[in-house]
Parts: sequence; structure tokens; C-alpha cells
Amino acid sequence: MLQVENISINYGVCAVAADISFALEAGKIFVLLGANGAGKTTLLKSLNGALPVSAGEIWLDGKLIENYSRQEIARKITVIAQETETKFPVSVAEFVLSGRFAHGAAFGWETERDLRIALDCLERCDLKNYENRSMNQLSGGERQRVVLARALATEAKILLLDEPTANLDLAHQSLLFRLIKERCETNAASAIVITHDLNLASEFADEIILLKDGRISAKGEPRTVLTKENLQKVFDVNVLLDENPISKKSRVTTIY
Amino acid sequence: MKVLSPKLQVSSLRFGVGLIVLLVIALAVAVFLGSEKLRFFELTDEQNAILFDIRLPRILLGATVGASLALAGASLQSLLRNPLAEPYLLGVSNGAALGTMLAFIFFAASETARPLMAFAGASLATLAVYQMAKSRAGMNVERLILSGVIVTTFLSSILVLLTSLLDAAKLRSFTFWLLGDLSQATKNAFYLTLIVAVLGAIVLSSQARALNLMMIGERDAFDFGVEVGRTRVIVFTTAAALVGVSVAASGSVGYVGLIVPHLVRLTIGSDNRLVIPFSALAGAIFVVLADTIARTAIAPRELPVGAITALVGAPLFIYLLRKN
Repeated sequence: MLQVENISINYGVCAVAADISFALEAGKIFVLLGANGAGKTTLLKSLNGALPVSAGEIWLDGKLIENYSRQEIARKITVIAQETETKFPVSVAEFVLSGRFAHGAAFGWETERDLRIALDCLERCDLKNYENRSMNQLSGGERQRVVLARALATEAKILLLDEPTANLDLAHQSLLFRLIKERCETNAASAIVITHDLNLASEFADEIILLKDGRISAKGEPRTVLTKENLQKVFDVNVLLDENPISKKSRVTTIY
Repeated sequence: MKVLSPKLQVSSLRFGVGLIVLLVIALAVAVFLGSEKLRFFELTDEQNAILFDIRLPRILLGATVGASLALAGASLQSLLRNPLAEPYLLGVSNGAALGTMLAFIFFAASETARPLMAFAGASLATLAVYQMAKSRAGMNVERLILSGVIVTTFLSSILVLLTSLLDAAKLRSFTFWLLGDLSQATKNAFYLTLIVAVLGAIVLSSQARALNLMMIGERDAFDFGVEVGRTRVIVFTTAAALVGVSVAASGSVGYVGLIVPHLVRLTIGSDNRLVIPFSALAGAIFVVLADTIARTAIAPRELPVGAITALVGAPLFIYLLRKN
């Protein structure tokens, strides 16, 4: 679906990401891990063309990403960015329906189908009957879920999520990951997720990409990437590794 | 549901019809009121001339100018995510005024030079304010307004400089014109502003849904399929054209683009597909009424219409700034 070949990204003269390659296949969840400033957000932004790459190529469904229009990209790739601010009093419904923009005629109005999809996505995100509320009156966690609902409403096959769990309580964190997993399994979609929660990564990732100073430091299944040495190298912390007795996945505990 | 509910369809339909009725009433009131009392079924030739050559072009020009300025204000506010953006406050009107004045000095005989150079002036002022307000961290409300103030005062000083070179007889009419004045209305000016207002309304409506996304955030709009750069160029150019021809015809009528879209949003919400066309209608009503007051309040003498709109607009600006 998305193929990244040797890309580098510069801010001015300063290289933020260098020589990164990976291939995202349908149905997979990739998790990007790395310390603050490792280049995770920058890399994610480049994947839908929001940041130009200074070297390398990004292929989307067999075509170079720069040969798509914004509307075509938005139909294939959706984004949850770290911050979304609204100055005008936009309603939750209007916000989620903006996710349907790429599917409509620019002049026109949303169709009944757009509306049905938007309401359905709100309900999945545990936001039933929120449609008439104003975005400015929501709590941080509620806003975050509205942002997720908008991303799901695009029906895009690739989801790029930048710390989607930042404001969410425990129940909604796992709701979010279940929704993403379900989207990937039933719709042959795939996701790239940035998070700082190593255990969420271990539970939900098909593959983990460990970034250090803008380069891929390790890549592969969670069990092979989440090792004492790797985590020591990338995060500079000591960890205890064992197994979650229920899911049988690696469990990481920081040693303070 | 805000966007599609039958309730909203009915209420926006009602609002639209209400605005059209109000516009007709405002136009009728404006025709009847005036320093020269007209008895409509026994007009002398002289009164005929007053009605058809002076009063009617002025009233109709007021309507098209009001519509143009409100359209420009509504679309700039959404594009810049700033409820305080307004052609007059951003210096766009002054850019147009300077263009008009230069056209007047260098090509006095040419009636086409004035709106063209006003458009050029408005475009340059827009570009200047946008470049100044933009920063790496984005664009906040205050920075944009400050940039507008700087461009406005800079252009004002050039305008004053040029005005002082004019002879005394022209000075008064120019001072009035700078404040926004419809008394020099001509039929041709009306036709031109009408054409530009109608085209502008169509072009901006075509961008309304993209503007809905821009209003949420530029990055969001980009991620969800808006060609941000293209939308920005279209809206800036259209707004500059609307402001340019308006200012060339009637000077800088201030605050229309602030007051009118704000009231429209209060009534029907912030969906630009409704806000843009309804602002055009409401802007026409507002300026027609304001100019009727300007003509009649201290008759037989007149006020510039811009003084009336600023009287209403400045307090509202302060209120909006505090609320922000």
C-alpha cells in the first residue's frame, strides 16, 4: 500500500530523518517508537505529503505520492495530528463531516450517506448524541475521540496517528486501539501509530519501528524489537521484560 | 444535526427569504427618504433627475458595495481563522484607496483605470499583511490585526500626503471619500460593482466547503483534501477584487465585513455555504440603511456613510476582541 524508499527529511540544513525505508502492507499496524525529537512526527507528516522529502521516494498504491492531488491522497490516507484547535464555534457534526470533504464535490453539500457515516463513526467512538455539541465545549479526551471519528469517517485505507491516546483515559485508550485494529482487520486498512506507551505497542503492533536520531535503529515484530539492549540504546532507561500472562505478549516495566 | 437537518433547511430558507424581503423594504425606504421630498406620482423633470440619476444609483451602489464588503469579510475571516479579519482593518481598503488615488492623479480621464488600480492596490496590501502576519509558529489573531494596523497607518500617511497636494475644493470631497462616501455614485460604478459582486459571490461559494475546513485549521484542511494554496489564492484575489471595485466607487466604508458576517453567524451558525451568500444579502441591507441615515440625519447636509458604519462597528470590534 505504502512503500517508503530511503527517504530523508531536512528542516533547513538540519537533517531530521535520514535513510528510512519500510513497506506498509494491508491489514498491518506499525508503531513508531522513539525518544522526543527522534523524528517520529516529522516522518509521519512526510507520509501524506505534508512535508516534502529531500531524498528518497514514497509510493502509494504503485504511484509516486507527488503525482496525486490532495483530494486523492485524502481519500487514501487519513491523519490524526497532535493538536487540533478551532477558533470558530464548529459543531461536532460539522467537524466529523469535514472528514467527508475528499469524497464530495467541492461546491456541494454532504449526502445522506456522508451523514450516516459520520453519525456511525461518532457512535463507535462512544460519542452518541454529541453531534450538536460545540467543539469548544468538549474536554480534551472528548475532542480526541471526535478527531478519531473524523479520521474513521474518511474511510481511508491508511491511518497515520500521532499520539492518538495522549488525552484518553484507560478505557478509551483501549477503545481507540480496538477500533483501529478492527478497521485494519475488516477493511484491509493499515495504520502507523506514534505512541510512548511501550505496552500498547507490544499488544497491538504487527511491527515496531524504533527511531533514534532520525534513523531506524531496529525494526520488526514487537518481541524482537522490544529488547533490553534496544530500549537502553534508544530511551536510555533500564527495563524489566516479562510476558503478559493473558495476551502472551512482551511486557515492559521501567526500572526507576 | 446542524448541517442537513430539515429544521435547519427550513430556518435557513426562512432567513434567506427574510433577508430578501428586508432588502426590498430597505431599498424602498431609502428611495422615499431624502433631503428632497419626492411625491412619486407627480414628479417634475428636476425631481425625476434627482430620483433616477442621483438617488437610485446611490442606493443601488450602496447595496452592491455592502454585499461586496460583507463577502470579502466573511471569506477572509474563514480563510485566516480570525473573526476579526476585515478588509478595512487589514489595510486592504486603504491599499485600494491608494490605487484609486494614484489612478486619479495619473489617469484622471480614464474611468477604467480607477477600479483596476484599486484592485492592484488591494492585492498588494493583502499580500503585505499576509506576509507580515505569517510566522513559523503560524498566525495568531493579534499578530494579524497588528500587521493590518501597520499597513493601514502606513498607507494612510501616503494618502494624506497625496491629499495635501490637492487643491482645497477637491480636498473636502476626498476626505469624505476616504471615510467611505456614496454621494459620488454613478450608474456605471453601480453596474461594475454589481457584476463583480455577483461573480465574487459565485467564486467564493465554490470555495465555501473548503473554507469550512480551513476555518478548523490549515493543517487539517490540507490533510483532509483541500488544495490549501489554491484556495488561498482564489479567496485573496476575489476579496481584493470585491474590495477594489467597492473602494474605487465609494471609498473605504469600514467595518461592514466585520459586523455583517458576525450577525449572520450568530443567526445560522458558521457553515460558509450559508454564511457567504447570506452575508452578501445582509451586507447590502446594512449599507443601504446606513447610507439612508447618512443622507437624512442632518439633512440637508450629509455624513459619509463610513462614519455611520464605524460608529456601529468599532464597539462590536472591541466586544469581539475581548471575547476572543
